[in-house]
Amino acid sequence: MESKNDRGGPAQPLLALRGLTKHFPIKGGLFGNTVATVRAVDGVSFEVMKGETLGIVGESGCGKSTTARLLVQLLGLDAGSMVFDGEAVGEPRASGISLRNYRRQVQMVFQDSYASLNPRLPIEDSIAFAPKVHGVGEREASERARDLLAAVGLAPAQFARRYPHELSGGQRQRVNIARALALQPRLVILDEPVSALDKSVEAQVLNLLVDLKAKFNLTFVFISHDLNVVQFISDRVLVMYLGEVVEIGPVEAIYDRPAHPYTRALLASRPSMDPAKRRTVPPLVGDPPNPVNPPSGCRFRTRCGFAEDVCAARKPVAADLGDGHLAACHMATLDSGHSKAGAILEVVV
Amino acid sequence: MSAAPLMKLTDLSVTFATRDRTVHAVNGVNMELAEGEVLCILGESGSGKSVTLRALMRLLPKFARVTGGIEVAGQNVLAMSERRMADFRGGEVAMIFQEPMTALDPVFTVGRQIAEVVQRHEGASRATAMARALELLELVQIPSARRRLDAYPHELSGGLRQRAMIAVALACRPKLLLADEPTTALDATVQIQVLLLLRELQQKLGMGVIFVTHDLGVAGEIADRVAVMYAGRVVEEGPVGSFMAGPLHPYPRGLLNSTVHGNMRGKVLTTIPGAPPSLSSVPTSCSFSPRCAMAEAACEAGVPAMVEAGGGRRARCIKIAAG
Repeated sequence: MESKNDRGGPAQPLLALRGLTKHFPIKGGLFGNTVATVRAVDGVSFEVMKGETLGIVGESGCGKSTTARLLVQLLGLDAGSMVFDGEAVGEPRASGISLRNYRRQVQMVFQDSYASLNPRLPIEDSIAFAPKVHGVGEREASERARDLLAAVGLAPAQFARRYPHELSGGQRQRVNIARALALQPRLVILDEPVSALDKSVEAQVLNLLVDLKAKFNLTFVFISHDLNVVQFISDRVLVMYLGEVVEIGPVEAIYDRPAHPYTRALLASRPSMDPAKRRTVPPLVGDPPNPVNPPSGCRFRTRCGFAEDVCAARKPVAADLGDGHLAACHMATLDSGHSKAGAILEVVV
Repeated sequence: MSAAPLMKLTDLSVTFATRDRTVHAVNGVNMELAEGEVLCILGESGSGKSVTLRALMRLLPKFARVTGGIEVAGQNVLAMSERRMADFRGGEVAMIFQEPMTALDPVFTVGRQIAEVVQRHEGASRATAMARALELLELVQIPSARRRLDAYPHELSGGLRQRAMIAVALACRPKLLLADEPTTALDATVQIQVLLLLRELQQKLGMGVIFVTHDLGVAGEIADRVAVMYAGRVVEEGPVGSFMAGPLHPYPRGLLNSTVHGNMRGKVLTTIPGAPPSLSSVPTSCSFSPRCAMAEAACEAGVPAMVEAGGGRRARCIKIAAG
């Protein structure tokens, strides 16, 4: 499967995103004019490499779910470009890939396992639906659905004709994963796939995802607010704050040597399981600001303990810390004008 | 426990009977809470943890059948009249919920909602109650509190809304605070702020707190003692330190192992096979035995008794030696 579809070889990113932007207008007033704009995703660039799991973390309102919806083109881009294995998405004429073809190769699993299945279809029909739309015969589609049910650990003889309400949350999420795999995609976007599940079930689904990824040669984009889960499943991690990328890098670099003050605070906010190591001071005060009117310069500066004048005046550029580890902080750039410029690189957390 | 406990549940059972089916949500819970103690009730969805909490304030729907004993500060809660109950709720016992947006009234300002509690329970004048509301907003560390008195719930961020709800709950200095997953809907950096605030307030005011959560990390941050529920029963209880170091009962042990924490990359997570029982009838044997790797014929013989294992720890499992 991989060899048939792979075009650019293993070194070419499966998906390259440049300046991804999505703004939502807020309408109001007598004539329904645009009164404000939510800058949900504001110039986000990153690459998804073949065969990796890229984790995206951030708090509510940081734009991680909007990013997911842009990746599967459930939302149109306001600006920016998407290149899928060397082909521009949505430009079928000029060496591009049509949307229909792109969607066949990029599938999504949503957080709410019940809302994302048709309540009036037996789960087998839900899974077979997309292949049929894409021209697979009735019999073959149904066969594929049953194979996938078996692959996600639901015995077809027992489960195929059941309706979504007859399943538990964990079983429904397995069905959603099977549905996403029905078109034999290369990239699967998982938007908080285990957040609504109990811990013992969460572990089952995480194990399943790891197995399926190896079995079907998949690439994952895994979005979650749970830092422990992201650390478990990801090869690389991207941290978002108010619609922007603040840090990206290999999972070890992000968790062992976080460079951005926001990433550090986020990691320090995890409750410790050890009552002897309780926190006494919260790493951050306040809530994330409203993305309607984000702060100038560095968007994190209003909650950052190291903020200086330069942080309000200029937007930090992503500094390369080696090994694909990038952080958008003035302290990570030597000539930024911040009094602690460069110091952040030595501090070990 | 030498002194009389602040809260005592004796063989508490809750059954929901509707025309279609009956659910035995809580099946004989015994629990005690000392004054100024923080107890975390841990459990997954359907374990009966929230129902137990709601039964304590008699907040369950009319078709719920509650049996057993509920005692708070020496008073029998189940025998109280509705009028007495109205004084009791918010006066001696208060509750905070998971969703502050639905728990607060959207058409009244935050200040009004706090003042209302003070006026109702302490008979204070409107002006005194408003002054007390301001003190409470400062107590829960809401920045520019005076301005926020006139704010409506939708004008506050999630973290501030949760703080406002805590202020409403603390308005009459309750002896017992019930918290039903109050930080679950919050972001990571805000959750830790609210947890630290609750711990600080609990120490300052000396309240007893019962904190319901599914998150072991939250229990690790806030609890003195932990009670784990499964299928409507407490399966293990003990001080948080020894519990986190190594649970006695196979269910919490499985729960701790299947929770992703620290660096577990590349490892296969340990899982608990199967799913919790349906609770359409009262379990007559160990409810966990169908999912338990250590189960044997004796587990089916009856509901295992609570075994005292020393150090204030006890668990419902026939494999545990009394200590």
